[in-house]
Amino acid sequence: MNQPTGTFTPRPGAAPLARQVLAQASMESRLMLRNGEQLLLAVVIPVIVLIGAVTAADHLDLGLSHRPIDEFTPGVLALAVMSTAFTSLAIATGFERRYGVIKRLGSSPLPRSGLLLGKVGALLLVELLQIAIISAVALTLDWQPHASLLAALLAIVLGTAAFAALGLFVAGVMRAEATLALANLVYLLLLAGGAVVLPASAYGGFGTVAKLLPSGALGNALRHALWSGGYAWSSMLVLLVWAAVGAVLTARTFTWE
Amino acid sequence: MRYGEKVAVDDLDLVVDRNTITAVLGPNGAGKTTTLETCEGYRKAQQGSVSVLGLDPQRQRRDLLPRIGVMLQDGGAWSGVRAMEMLRHISRLHADPLDVDVLGERLGLGDCGRTPYRRLSGGQQQRLKLAMTIVGRPELVFVDEPTAGMDPAGRRTTWELLEQLRTDGVTVVLTTHHMDEAERLADRIHIIDRGRMIASGTPLELTRGGSSTIRLVVTKPFPDGAPESLRQALGHHLEVTTISDVSLLITGPADSTTLATVSGWCEQQGVLPESLNLGQRTLEDTFLEITGRELS
Repeated sequence: MNQPTGTFTPRPGAAPLARQVLAQASMESRLMLRNGEQLLLAVVIPVIVLIGAVTAADHLDLGLSHRPIDEFTPGVLALAVMSTAFTSLAIATGFERRYGVIKRLGSSPLPRSGLLLGKVGALLLVELLQIAIISAVALTLDWQPHASLLAALLAIVLGTAAFAALGLFVAGVMRAEATLALANLVYLLLLAGGAVVLPASAYGGFGTVAKLLPSGALGNALRHALWSGGYAWSSMLVLLVWAAVGAVLTARTFTWE
Repeated sequence: MRYGEKVAVDDLDLVVDRNTITAVLGPNGAGKTTTLETCEGYRKAQQGSVSVLGLDPQRQRRDLLPRIGVMLQDGGAWSGVRAMEMLRHISRLHADPLDVDVLGERLGLGDCGRTPYRRLSGGQQQRLKLAMTIVGRPELVFVDEPTAGMDPAGRRTTWELLEQLRTDGVTVVLTTHHMDEAERLADRIHIIDRGRMIASGTPLELTRGGSSTIRLVVTKPFPDGAPESLRQALGHHLEVTTISDVSLLITGPADSTTLATVSGWCEQQGVLPESLNLGQRTLEDTFLEITGRELS
């Protein structure tokens, strides 16, 4: 099976950064979608939450300000973003550190900024898929959004930045198993008490705190965007602050191994 | 290349010529990986200077990385990624990579191309990592224990590949604790132990032109002055080195007459040989002579 002499003659060089980032994003999104547990978190749980909440609201009087499907869909979209940008990213990155993937990529032509952009690209790809599926389910349940797409997009981008920065921080300082446990725990706690699916007003006195959580802020921003096409600037500012805090913490603490 | 890193690697001075295979040989924990990772820019030398292809691996890392190939000892791939998918991914990070399918075939990855990394055998994982190392057509590769966990056929394939890399103009730096690997492949061998270089040279120089050795192990400790008395019995063209109180190493132009002399000397000293071996001097003997310990 020997190749002729000259096969391995050096011809070194990095691919253009855009091509590297594209390769990294496509690789990471494929791996995310291949992972059964992560798919459960990304699509199945949000859809169950949506259908469950709508069904429950049909039987109970929750004092909602909108029709149940209109009330809950923005929050479920926020939940989907949170599951991917925080939980999936943290777990995947934690195991990448454990398996030496990040270290190995560290000696490839892909620069750190390229790795980060690749991860963001993968997150956005997966989120696009989640939003498509959840929106399709919601529309079949007669969802009637009065949306500003731009406001929703801005909320999703800021929410992704905030959760991704925090997810990378967790993954960068803890062992893979601890990251796995913590990322799932935080997801469940925020699902229950983070004002994602239910508006902060439903939490009584805790609502003011919940609004300042990244989950509450993203939920609120998406509700504004999809209920009335409005921009919830204060919530977007909250997300921006979380993104900045997470980014600084990650930059200071992240280690390859 | 020059290094200097304390504790794990102390005051190590070594230069690698282009277009050669250099082996860094030493027991586990000798500092081989630390040395390589310093060249790859993963670690900062606390003292001394490192220059790889004329670049500082820390400050000019971005310029250096596309030109080198790195094979890490542990990990390096997602657990769920398929073998050929991983290789293809690394190839896409490079400007002018090798043909992925041809390379995979060459390294015997054709049959397990769709197998997830975690289900590959140790040898298959090693071969995949080696393919990932060279797919970008580097000028210089650092391979850390390239044949660890490989079966004999895999080792041969790997050796032939590394030799072809050299033929084609790639510089290879490898670590190993297998002396046969170093002896077979390397143009130059640097033996390191406890972070220090203890010997350096071509395989022929290090084995002193393939002279002979005799290893003697006896059942109970030698009487006092045994090495000296054996030296006199053998004549001064042979060297006697004490390995332990029950074993000696005799180096020089030894033959069957020498064996008879040693055996006669044992009888006269009242010690019983447990083993008496005549063989070509190997790197193992070199290491043993310098450190008094076995290499592996």
